Amino acid sequence: MSLFTEFPAMGRQDLRDFKKAIDAGFRDFSRQFGESLEEFFSPLLQFLVWLEKLLISTPWPVIILLVAALAWFGSRSVKIAVGSVLSFLAIGYFGMWKDTMSTLAIISVATLLCIALGIPLGVLMARSDRVQAVVTPVLDVMQTIPAFVYLIPVVMLLGIGKVPGLIAVCIYAMPPIVRLTNLGIRLVEKEALEAADAFGANYKQRLFGVQIPLALPNIFAGVNQTIMMALSMVVIASMIGVAGLGVPVLRSISNQYLALGLMNGLAIVALAIIFDRVSQKYGERLQSHRRGTQHD
Amino acid sequence: MTESKSGAEDGAKGGTKIKIENLYKIFGAQPRVALARVKRGVSKRDLIEQHGHVLGLKDINVEVAAHSVTVVMGLSGSGKSTLIRHINRLIEPTAGRIMVDDRDVLAMAREELIEFRRHQASMVFQRFGLHVHKTAAENVAYGLVIQGMPVDQAKAQSHHWVERVGLSGFEDHYPSQLSGGMQQRVGLARALATDAQILLMDEAFSALDPLIRSDMQGALLELQAELHKTIVFITHDLDEALRMGDSIVILRDGAVIQQGNPQEIILHPADDYIFDFVKDINRARVIEVKSVMTPGRPAGGAAVTVRDNLVLEEALQRVAGAGAADVVDADGAVLGSIHLEQIIAGIARPGVKGGGEIRYK
Repeated sequence: MSLFTEFPAMGRQDLRDFKKAIDAGFRDFSRQFGESLEEFFSPLLQFLVWLEKLLISTPWPVIILLVAALAWFGSRSVKIAVGSVLSFLAIGYFGMWKDTMSTLAIISVATLLCIALGIPLGVLMARSDRVQAVVTPVLDVMQTIPAFVYLIPVVMLLGIGKVPGLIAVCIYAMPPIVRLTNLGIRLVEKEALEAADAFGANYKQRLFGVQIPLALPNIFAGVNQTIMMALSMVVIASMIGVAGLGVPVLRSISNQYLALGLMNGLAIVALAIIFDRVSQKYGERLQSHRRGTQHD
Repeated sequence: MTESKSGAEDGAKGGTKIKIENLYKIFGAQPRVALARVKRGVSKRDLIEQHGHVLGLKDINVEVAAHSVTVVMGLSGSGKSTLIRHINRLIEPTAGRIMVDDRDVLAMAREELIEFRRHQASMVFQRFGLHVHKTAAENVAYGLVIQGMPVDQAKAQSHHWVERVGLSGFEDHYPSQLSGGMQQRVGLARALATDAQILLMDEAFSALDPLIRSDMQGALLELQAELHKTIVFITHDLDEALRMGDSIVILRDGAVIQQGNPQEIILHPADDYIFDFVKDINRARVIEVKSVMTPGRPAGGAAVTVRDNLVLEEALQRVAGAGAADVVDADGAVLGSIHLEQIIAGIARPGVKGGGEIRYK
């Protein structure tokens, strides 16, 4: 009867050995390749450090002007530009300027990295059903696996620091841009592609002349989602040594500092809203051709 | 109906431009196996129901004369759009050859095919196939850009086509800001801008309102009288086929059931299917004097002359008083005679006059 009341699990000893073997295997792997991997990522680290230092050392009025200019040219909306400037002034006034600059640096680098890897991957997925069948479950895992679980191997491999933090952010934030690039290209009207073929477009002309431009609204929605998800990883990234707004949040969790946590949390929210509104408005403007009188 | 069809009078017609030989297309998982079945005589219906393959085209043999308009007509599902897509190989065939100027399109390597599409055959689509993220002028220049020309130069070079199709002032409009007729003008200009000799038109005017469609037909005939392209024109509309076509190919269930000039098709429909097609058309506006005249001898004493290519509707007005007329060609030479009775008999709707001679089985 015990067969039905207790699951016929693997023996304890076997299970322990099994786990040990995996741990040992990965430890050996990280000993052997850890350093070369670190070296591989070092240009990324240097870029991130450079950007962070640049943002921190730039006088704050310049940054405020820059924010105003980017918000305006992105959205062409006075309301959004003014709101962005006020948010940054408040952030500075409440003493969160430096942390915000650090967070901006890592979010920008993470987003650029996700775009640089995610769009080509999305293009490949759109081109081949087989690639799509392989990549889709991987994306599902990346989005749903608890962040702490992949922090373990990342930290084992690369230690604590900015690069493992960046990788953790990218694992979580990359799926939307890949998915939406794939979707956008697959949704491009068949007639538009057939016309490109009929006039003798080659693969490159098809991709860059027709597919990507027509998929741009979707691709841009992916970029927007990627930025949002990267921001939501700020606190977790701070656990493995990434400077920024996540660090005080983490400190306030362990010390029950309500005000500190709330203020930094709200700063993250403010950044998220600014990024979202500006990038959405920009995305809408990319589709100027869809405006105008619609004819059938 | 009295526009001169391309080259019909100026003798500009050349030899055969496109020659389609034994072309088969079968859609499905194993087209080769299905092809053998079709060649053994399995019908289209049995092929779908018992073998799960769709017979798209069956043993097509068509010759398209250079500098003329060849209309491929059939109802939806007859395979006409599939056929036209074989000429520039947007669809790969199951078997057969398509010779264009003695080169087999179906045997071309990828690079050759791209060159062929860029320089020799351009296409106009039923639903326009415009690129909605480009302006009208950019769309028109598209073929030249694809050939490798910088955008500005391509726009400059293709600009006279924008004017020719009546789009001046709309260069910077996006397709969504243009009406259907205007959009198809963009499509037509885009196809003309590459100077390709072959123009493939896949139900190009079918999506347009009747009045605009008629406009576009007129515009195309005008252009053709000057450009002498080799046009393959797909339509499901008999009136359009009769107006546009120097010759007409009728498809049904993926097979050619009749081909000939419009006169032949109306006067001698090959079967009931075509008979049903042609019985309701206004014969007075299509049939020409030469198709019903008595060849050879003059009418004798008739003072009236009519041209051989005059349609009966107009001939009727001139012959009505005299009762008979001499038929002359462009040079005034007498070809034969025509009597009022012949005109009236030619106009009468078949079936109405109780004659079984046009019914074919």
